[in-house]
This record gives sequence, structure tokens and C-alpha cells, in this order.
Amino acid sequence: MSKNTEFVKFDKVDKSYDGKVLVVKDLNLNISEGEFITMLGPSGSGKTTCLMMLAGFETPTNGEIYLDSNPISNIPPHKRGIGMVFQNYALFPHMTVYENLAFPLRVRKVQKDEIDKKVDKALSMVSLSGFESRMPAQLSGGQQQRVAVARALVFDPAVVLMDEPLGALDKNLRESMQYEIKHIHENIGVTVVYVTHDQGEALTMSNRIAVFNDGKVQQLSSPDKLYEEPVNSFVAEFIGENNTFGGEVTDISKEVCKVKLQNGEILANPISVNSKGDKTTVSIRPERALINPKDKMDNNQTGKIEEVIYHGDHTRVRLDLLGNKEFILKVPNSSNELDLKLGNEIKVGWNSQDARALDPK
Amino acid sequence: MSNETKQILTTDGIPLEISLKKAERKNKIKAFLLVAPLLLFLIITYIFPIGEMFTRSIDDKMITNMLPKTFKSMETWDGKELPSEEVFASFLSDFKILVDKKEHGKLAQRLNKEKNGFNTITKKLFRQVKRNKIDETQSIKEQIMKVHKRWRNVEYWQAIKRTAPPYTSAKYLKAMDMYLNEDNKITQVSEDRRIHRILWLRTVEVAFFVTVFCFLMGYPIAHLLATLPMKYSNLLMICVLLPFWTSLLVRTASWMILLQQQGVVNDFFVIIGLVSDDNRPEMMYNKVGTYVAMTQILLPFMVLPLYSVMKTISPSLMRAGKSLGGTPFVAFWKVYFPLTIPGIGAGCLLVFILAIGYYITPALVGGASGTLISNQIAYHMKTTLDWSFASAMGLMLLGGVLVIYWLYNKLVGVDNIKLG
Repeated sequence: MSKNTEFVKFDKVDKSYDGKVLVVKDLNLNISEGEFITMLGPSGSGKTTCLMMLAGFETPTNGEIYLDSNPISNIPPHKRGIGMVFQNYALFPHMTVYENLAFPLRVRKVQKDEIDKKVDKALSMVSLSGFESRMPAQLSGGQQQRVAVARALVFDPAVVLMDEPLGALDKNLRESMQYEIKHIHENIGVTVVYVTHDQGEALTMSNRIAVFNDGKVQQLSSPDKLYEEPVNSFVAEFIGENNTFGGEVTDISKEVCKVKLQNGEILANPISVNSKGDKTTVSIRPERALINPKDKMDNNQTGKIEEVIYHGDHTRVRLDLLGNKEFILKVPNSSNELDLKLGNEIKVGWNSQDARALDPK
Repeated sequence: MSNETKQILTTDGIPLEISLKKAERKNKIKAFLLVAPLLLFLIITYIFPIGEMFTRSIDDKMITNMLPKTFKSMETWDGKELPSEEVFASFLSDFKILVDKKEHGKLAQRLNKEKNGFNTITKKLFRQVKRNKIDETQSIKEQIMKVHKRWRNVEYWQAIKRTAPPYTSAKYLKAMDMYLNEDNKITQVSEDRRIHRILWLRTVEVAFFVTVFCFLMGYPIAHLLATLPMKYSNLLMICVLLPFWTSLLVRTASWMILLQQQGVVNDFFVIIGLVSDDNRPEMMYNKVGTYVAMTQILLPFMVLPLYSVMKTISPSLMRAGKSLGGTPFVAFWKVYFPLTIPGIGAGCLLVFILAIGYYITPALVGGASGTLISNQIAYHMKTTLDWSFASAMGLMLLGGVLVIYWLYNKLVGVDNIKLG
């Protein structure tokens, strides 16, 4: 079965609420069938607006959205056949779990025994069999969440939208629900568009992530690429932890460039700098900088330990390095032989490949 | 195990339960003291007057106290033939005391209410007594019977006997156009005198339709209020509350200006050619006026509970309903509407109860066909001074409201009421 790579297509979509500010600017996004795509971004970045336009609760100010090659801007929400899981679950409080799940089937005039079968299947999928006659208020947050997921899937929609569905759950529950939703997605192969501001959630669950900021998609790629190879300093900053140096390019070749900092000079990987004299922000992931490196590294610097924070499985060390007092290192807990004491000077090294020279902040 | 639970002690060795009560006693007293003024106020201004109204409405002690000997001697009378000499004698002695106290007029009035014709014969008897024409050495029965032929009629003596009990349900029966006849049976008054039943029915009818109109108009307003952005909803809320800030009398008067035959609305109809000038419809001094004015005045009582309930309904529920495939109507009817029922219940109950006892507006714009039972109560309070009758009707109104409340509780459940 060849998958339609343009199953959902945003085509030059603009959205403005007040006619003055564009909340979504020139959005072009293709989502393929069966994909789990996450829209990630800070609040106010336009991600929820995109979801609402797809669901039909908002209309694009300009441009068109296609679902399976059909323009859907003029189709009302109830005819789109898109399942949706809301931020606060939006379970109908006056209906039992069974009635909640049966609602989308009843409005589609499905036969009673068929409804029973489908509700049964959907509930067992979220491991809530036997809860049919409970009211939503009698369920815990996690259980309500599962009912909401089951309800969005029970009528076999082509696309399921999830609007920060795990936001109200505590940390442990949130993590187990992440895996659960991921497994459900893998089992039934439905297309999922997931909105969150939690990068951890996005990284663990998605096939691809669209990072939103300022109404624009900053980067659209797989989780590992997004983390390892951010294309601009916003993405680098937003996804994971990040050490940055601001400076100016003094020498540039294809593979490597020299960046002059306030006090020092480092070698970096030129991503969005083109010529000498460009201002840049160099971004290095904490785990790519090593203490007392055994192999030869492109950059070798000495820093002073400002703070040591014990995190259980690892220790975070804050250094004063090349004028950056917020330089973070992650030291795995196995390496006990290191002498991490406040005020000590340690050697730190990293490869120029991992120091990405991005656009200036 | 039960032994163990009994033996829980605090660290100081005091049983836990006692210690807990002690610790909470202060709070309980504080809470009671905070409520006490209101409680006292309610007892003085509400529970006590209702009790007073009740005793007044069934009180018939006046006549019991006027004719003590008569009623005593009547106890053995079978009530079929004329009473014995003894009864006549004790009646005369009671009557003489009343004449001395100049209270025979009251007796005549009270007896006349029981049976027409007593006024005349009591006056005649009074004259005889005044002139000392009755010789107590002779048969008193014979002499009294000579005063007027009605004294020879057993029905009048039966009427006197009926007034013996210190309590009576007559006022309640009267409010339903009924009375106790000579055989102590509940009978309806003749058809042309049945005014109260019409009033009761009209009161319920007006209250019901005012509630319906308020609901039909209030529901969309409340919905709009709950969904509009703050800056518009505040303005709209002020418009809804504006009537509250205006005197009831002013509002009613302005409706009179609008609705009368030479009024603004009629003028407008004539100008746009809807009605001809010499055929202006009467919109006031009838039920139409009552409906219009009362609906407008009671509308906020419907809107506010509805609004407070709708405000708590998350807009995502309607969205969920639509995204799951429900048409806007289905989403409204299956999801939104059931969730507003507590507000509907509260609003309807509030409006209905207020409407059923409404007074000023029907009095001013109701006219003859638009007055309600409350106007009748006021009439008896102020004009006829029959307070016991007014009390009886007031209590019946209260009873009716309680019945509605009970019915509502049975059907919807009072727990489902939400006033805010």
C-alpha cells in the first residue's frame, strides 16, 4: 500500500484574528497517511490555531487545507470526520463512559449491536473494559484521558487531533500515557496530529516534529535530527539543553569556521553563516562536551566549576568557560574518579562538528 | 477490634472523640453566633407571622367565647328538631351578657355570615331584651320563638351549633368557592358566585406562561452572555440588570405609557399601518398587559441562574460534540442543553414562584381580566378587612408553592438547582 504523503496538506495558510497580527504565517505543511506528527512550540506560537483550523473550528484567513486531496475549508467540523482529543478531555459530564463513546456512533446512525462491539473494542484498547457505566467524574484524570482518546478513535476517523492531551496529568502518568498513545498509534495506523509545548513528549512520540515559533514552522524533521541538527538558534534553544557562545566569524571553509568570542576563539560547524564577519551563535549540546577528553578534540578549553548539582543518574556541572558562566556539562554517575569540586579548574573538549554556528540571537 | 477503636486516646490520655468535640466546639459556637442574627430575624419576620396567619385563618374562637353556655347546653341536642327549653334559656343569658357589653352586633354579623337572616332576628331579639319584654319566669323558648318566625326555624339553630367549634375551615373552603352546608357537607357555591376558582386558575396560568416566555427569551440571552468576550458581555449584563436598578413602580408605569390605547406602541402600529386609528387593540388592563409587563420584570431572574450555569460549561464540550460528528443542533440538544438543566430548573422555579404571588404589576396593568389571586388577598387585607380570609388565601398560595417545589424535587431533584 503506497502511502499518501500529502494526506493532510496546509497550503499557504495564513490566519489572523484581529486583522492586524498574523498568528499563522504562510504555513506549508504536508502530513503523510499514518504519520504521527507533533506541532511543538511555546504558547502563542500558532500551533493550536493550526489544529483548530484543521478541526474546522477556525477558518484560514488565506490559503487552503486539504484532507486526502479535498479542500476542507468550507466543510463544517461535524462533516470532516476528524477525531479530536481536547486539552481538558471534554468528556460529556452527564453521560456515562459508554454513552460518551457511543455518541459519535449514534449520530452516525450505527446499529446498536455494532455500537456495542465498537465501544467494547475501543475501551479494551485503552484498557478500560468494565468502566462502561461510570460517569466521567468518577474516573481519575488518567482514566478520563483514556476515555477521551477512545472516544476520538471509536468511529475510525482518518485523522486524530490531540490538543495537549496530557497537560493536566502528573509526570509519571504523563510518561506512561505517552507510550500508550504511541502504541495505539502503531497498532491502528491512524494519522495523528499532536500539539504540545512539552519537548520531551514530542521527542518520544512523534515520527516528525514541526517546531512552531512566531506563527511559522521553524524546523520540520524527525526527533533525532531536530535534536542533533537544529537549523536555527530558536530550535536549538527550545529543544533540549544548549550551551551557547555569541561571536563573529573570522575564517570560514566548507567544513569548519573560526568564531571569535569575547575572550577566545573556537572552531565550529558553519550551518547558517556564509562569510567572514557574520555574527553567529554557536550551540553545543551539554553531552557533546567531554571532561578531560582522551581522544584529540578540535576545541580544548579550561573552565572553572561554578556549581555542581546532583541529579541521580547524572551530575550537572556549571562552568565558567570562555566568558560563558552558564556552560553546562552532564557527567554520567559512573565516572566517579573525576574530582568535581567547586572552584576546580577542569579541561573540557568538543569537536567542531558538534558546535553548530547558527544565526545570531 | 471494636474494643481497639473505642480505646483511641490522645497523647494526654483523653479519648479522641471527646478531644475532637472539645476542639471543634469553639468553631461550632462561632458559626452559630454568625448565623444567629439571621435565624432570629427569620423566626421573627417569617416563621412567627406564618404561624400567626395560620391560626388567624382557622380561628373561630370569637363566637365560641360569646355563647359559652349555649354551646354547652347544645352538646346534648341532636340537631334534628328545635332545641329544648334549656338551650333557649342559656342562649338568652349569653345574649344578655353580650347586650350589656354591646357586642350583640358582632354576634349578629358573625351568625349572618353563617346563615343569611340572622341580622334581622338578632336585632329584633335585642329590642325585646332591651325593653325587658322577656319574662324569665315563663317559658323562654316560647317567648323567643314569638320574636320572629325564624327563631322557630330549626335551620337557624343548626347554624348556631355549627359555629360551636373554635376552629373552622370555612375560609379555606370559601377560597375555593365552597362552603359547609346545613348537613355539614362541602358544597359548591352557585355558579355565578364562583370568582376565586377563576382567579386561582388564572394565577397559575399567568405564572406558567410568564415562566415559559421568560425561558424562551432568557435562554438565548444567557447563552450570548456566557459566550461573548468580556467587554461585550459586561455591557449586555448591564442591560439585563438595568431593570433591577429601576423602581418596580416606574417600570410598571412605563409599560402603562407604552401599552395603553393611546400609547406609544399603538401609535406606532397606526403609523406603520398595522392597525387603523379607530380600531386600536387593547393591550392593557387585560392579560396581555400582565404578560408583557411581568415577563419583562421577571426576565433577570431567569437570565442570571441560566448565565451562571452556562458560564461553567466549557466551550470545548460543544466543539467535542461537533468534532465527533454531531450537527450543531445535535451537539446543542444532546450536550449543551442537558448541562443547562440545573439553570433552567432554578430559573423557572424562581420566576414561577415570584410570578404566582405577583401583586403590583397585575394591580396596575391587569385590569379586571388580568388581576390575580394576590390582588384578591390585598383587597381583603385593605378593603373588607377580612384578614382571616386573606390569611387563608395567603397560606394556600404558600402551600401551592411548596407543592410545586416538592413536585420539582421529585421530577428534577433539588440538588440539580444551581443559582450561581
